[in-house]
Formats: sequence, C-alpha cells, structure tokens
Amino acid sequence: MTSQSVARLAAGAFVAVGVCLVPLRLPAQAPAQAPGAAAPSTARPAAPKPRPAGEKGAARGWTVPRTPDGKPDLQGLWTNATVTPLERPDGAKEFATAEELAALEKRGNRDEQAKADAERGTPAASTETPAAPARRNGIGDYNAIWWELGKKALENSRSSIITGPSGKLPHTPETVQRLAANREYERLHPADGPEFRDNIERCLAWITSGPPMLPTFYNNTYKIYQTPKTVAILVEMIHDVRLIHLDGSAHSSPAVRQWMGDSRGHWEGDTLVVETVNINSKRGYIGGGGGRSGIAPNNDKMKVTERFTRTAADTIMYQFTVENPGIYTGPWSGEIPMKATDEPLYEYACHEGNYAMHDILSGARADEAAAAKGKEKK
Amino acid sequence: MGMNRLLVLALAVALTASAQTQSSQSPSQSQSAYRGPRTPGGKPDLNGIWQAMNTANWDIQAHSAAPGRIVALGAQDAMPAGLGVVEGGPLPYLPEALAKKKENFENRLTADPELKCFMPGVPRAMYQPFPFQIVQSTTGILMVYEFAEAVRTINMGKPTQSPGDTWMGWSNGRWDGDTLVIDVTSQNDQTWFDRVGDFHSDALHVVERFVPVSSGIIQYEATITDPKTFSRPWKMSMPLYRHVEKNAQLLEFKCVEFAEELVYGSLRRKSEQ
Repeated sequence: MTSQSVARLAAGAFVAVGVCLVPLRLPAQAPAQAPGAAAPSTARPAAPKPRPAGEKGAARGWTVPRTPDGKPDLQGLWTNATVTPLERPDGAKEFATAEELAALEKRGNRDEQAKADAERGTPAASTETPAAPARRNGIGDYNAIWWELGKKALENSRSSIITGPSGKLPHTPETVQRLAANREYERLHPADGPEFRDNIERCLAWITSGPPMLPTFYNNTYKIYQTPKTVAILVEMIHDVRLIHLDGSAHSSPAVRQWMGDSRGHWEGDTLVVETVNINSKRGYIGGGGGRSGIAPNNDKMKVTERFTRTAADTIMYQFTVENPGIYTGPWSGEIPMKATDEPLYEYACHEGNYAMHDILSGARADEAAAAKGKEKK
Repeated sequence: MGMNRLLVLALAVALTASAQTQSSQSPSQSQSAYRGPRTPGGKPDLNGIWQAMNTANWDIQAHSAAPGRIVALGAQDAMPAGLGVVEGGPLPYLPEALAKKKENFENRLTADPELKCFMPGVPRAMYQPFPFQIVQSTTGILMVYEFAEAVRTINMGKPTQSPGDTWMGWSNGRWDGDTLVIDVTSQNDQTWFDRVGDFHSDALHVVERFVPVSSGIIQYEATITDPKTFSRPWKMSMPLYRHVEKNAQLLEFKCVEFAEELVYGSLRRKSEQ
C-alpha cells in the first residue's frame, strides 16, 4: 500500500468519522503565517473605530438576563467561529478598518482553504484530482472544503484574537526551538503508535474546550449550563465538558493533573471569572489538540484566567489570559465576542468509530513492510 | 466511639440495607413522602455528584463471587457477589438472545465495550463504579459521567426525536410529581448492561424514574423494553448515593489512552524495523 492510498483511505475514514488530521490553525505549528488576514493597509491612516460589543443590544434597551439567584445568565448555545486569526498578521494594526474587515470576511475562509490544501497536498476544493501528498509525513487528509470557520471577523474589529501591543504569542527562544524540534520529530515518527498522533485524532481532547477556549477549523459551538454552584460548558467533539466550580472552594490537589485542568469561578460584578490550574502536560501548547507524546510542553505552571461577560442579547464577551512561565516570556491575553447560535449539539462518538487510527497505523506498517521487501530484492 | 454514634451508624447501615433490599423487592416506589431542597421552579433539586453502590456493573442479576479473568490480577479482578438489581426472576431473554448472551459471556474478555472505553449507554452509565454529576439548571439537565467523560443532555422541554442512533441515546425528561422521568430512545446495539454479556438491541427503550427519597439518596428505576431481545419488559432498580465529601468533584477519566494498547497495540511499529 502506498502512502497515497493510505492517504485516501484515511481521508475517507475521517470524513465518515469526523476525526481530523488537520493541524490546529495556530501559528504554534505554522509560525508567522497568520492565514486569511487582511493585508495591512499603509495607505489608510484613519484610526479604525472598534465596534463595541453590545452596542446594538444596549440601543434596544437590553438588560442582562439573570438566573433565579440573580447572576447573569450565560446559558444557551454559543459559537466562537471566526475568520480572524489568533496572531496578528505582520505589519497589521491592532484594530482593522471596516474595509479591511470586509476584505477579510470575503477572503478569509478561501485563503484558509487554499493554504491548507497546498500545505497538506490534498486536492483543492474545486478539483477532484488528488495531488501528491506533500505533508511533512506523507499522509494527507480531507481538504479544507470541510472547514467551517464561520464567515465573520470578530466584531470587536481586532486584527487578531490575541490582544496587546504585539498580538503574537510570546514564545521563549527555547519554545521556538522546541517547536521546530517537534516538527522534525513528527516527520521522523509519523505513525509509530497511537500516541504519535495528535490528541484530537486519538479522541483524547478537543481544541475548542480549552482553556482557553479558542476557535478552530470547525465545530466551534458551546452549550452552557449554569447553576448557583456549577457552570458546565459542553462541546460536541469528544464530548468534552468543563465543570467550573463556583462554591468558593480551593483548587484540588496539584497531584491531580487533568486535560482541562481544575477550574474555579467566582463573580466579579456581572463578570464570571474563572481560574484554571493543574493542567496536564499531555495537551498541546495551546488547546487540547496538537500535543503528541514526548513533544508536549510542560504545563506544570500553566494558569488560565478567563472572564465571561454578557454584553448583548446575542453576545458573551470572552476574555482570557494565559500564563506559562518557561513556555512564554510573559502572560498573553485575548478576547472573542462569542455569539449566540441555534446550532444544536449532538453526540459525537469519536473514539468508538475511530477507524482512521487503525487505518493510519496499519497503512504505515504496510509501507514499512513494502520498503523492507524492496530492500531485500536489491 | 460513643453509644450514640454507634447507634447512628447502625441506623445508617440499616437504612442503607433496607434501601438495597427494597430495590430488588418492592416492585414500585414511584413516589416518596420526602420533600427536599427545591429549585426556584419548585422541582426537586437533584444537583450533585451521585454514584451507585452495588455490583450491577459486574452482573445485573444475582450472582456468587467468582474468580477473576486475569491470573496476574489475583483477587483484585475477582467478582464480588451481588444480590442483583433486576426485579423478578431471570431476564426474559428470547431463545436466540439467550444464546447470544452466552456467547457474549464466553467472549467477555475481548467483547465487553467497557474494555475499549466506549461510552456505556443507558442504564449502564448509571451504575458503573464511577461517580456522575447532575447539572440541573433552568434550561435542562446535563448528566456528566466520569467514565469516558460520557455525557447525556436531558431535554426537559417539549419532547423531541433523535435524528439517529447514538451510544448514550436520546433523552426526553419530564416531572411526574417529584419524580424525574426520562424516556431514552435511539440507542445503538453496541452497549451492554454488564460485564457478563447481558445485552440489548437497537430496539431498546428505557424509561428511567428518579425518586428523591432523602437528601442523600435517589431511588433509581429503569424499565427496559426491547422486543428484539426480551419477551417482556423488565425493571431494574437501585439507590443512587450522593457524594457528601466537602471536596467532592468529578474528575477526568478520559480512558481512551488507557485502552489504546488493547485496541491498536498490534499495529504499533516494531522497534528496529
């Protein structure tokens, strides 16, 4: 079996199963190429006017809906799908102009598709002719027509999810080296065993569940339940549920490390503030995906602080700060206005139907056997 | 320990014992005189972390203690005896289904979906030896199970229909007085009831009743209807106990990684290949 046939087989299984090989759309893995972003405009010095979230709602005399215990009601279905990139494109200003945003929204998803298809050597969305697999490990996956980034730029008019002067992840030099070493390691060990594959392919952790809760290539929907003592945030993929404890209790023992860490929340006025520690070191650098055994970061000192504020009938302003000394030179922050959606969640049985993992591993073994046989003949 | 404390302890044990006896003997305890904490909407507040305390996950029917399946695990893997949680006599299997159950039993060391960290389905999720959390809000009920991080969302509004079969089924809930009644349909035929191969088909219909009988106990019943597998409906019942530890919380048991060697181990790259 050739790599190409493995690629087709795997791709077929992925479409059926929904497990996905597409790497997290994060510069951690594709540095300095924030895709789909508006080209920085040097000819337009006019200061962009941010669109404050909630303006519309407030104008209609909207008031914060409350649960029976008087807290802002965060419940419902929400999405953080966006074409705005995590990191600010080189040269871009912190806020984009209306024209830049319009251009981003028009181009964003297609740019993502073209770039992703080219990177991974998968057939372009517009053609049925498969290209030769060009991905680092020779295994392709389904093309970006399956992606669903939404159509909208963030309504806060920012040019990136990350806030602050640089809009970039403040990786330490060691982290930059480590990420490069990781990519080489992945190239040399593409499919030695299940733990050499991405966490999301293994159905271990989904990217959007976080923390921080960042959008990815599809299924960016959240369902929130809220009681006086608990906020539960459910994502469809891998049926991840974050359980945030509001009872004022202290974090559990640091001896207990979890994929989504240990989250404690409290209300500061009408803002839910959540602090998460005890995140395990099996996760990727940012979200649940990406981490492969042996190349995940050390998250022992990772801390994520999140703020949830209802700002309009259809908006939760989500703000977060990540601290992870040794991985980053300092804290970094971001914000995403999450929008109400009517897209329901269904059961996503990822592991139960993960034929793709079987096919990837057996395909790799078949390739090795064929290569060994070829050597013998020579 | 003073006499009073001993008495309290004895009483607690007796109550527990009677609840357990009741579970398999009294045919129906649909309502209770107990009136506990309420939600703002006036319904019983079931929020909390709960867990069954029985051996139903080994075998839902009455069974003797039995040796384990893995020699190296010695007494750790041996099956504890249990009085069973099924009301009435043996499970009313249809003849072919009984043969299938026996086959499942023979193959249980490889065929039990629990081994592979598959979602357990309903009712097995309710009595696996792991806690689960009920998040009961104004918009609905979420049940989160520690095992495999399985999840059920219970629709408490107008009943809806599933677009397809799933592992944990499709749950429509309603209140019958102080009893939470959940109608579970659209489960696939891949899950089992226990480790000895008791099983069902995709025609499974489960009606669950959650009766709060004290601040710490929900009496749980599940009526099983599956005309492809059983000649008549049957019922299981058991108490669910609240975790009262001050620091009780659901922890992650994302067991996929613990089952990978079992599922994919044969496909691992041999060293020095």
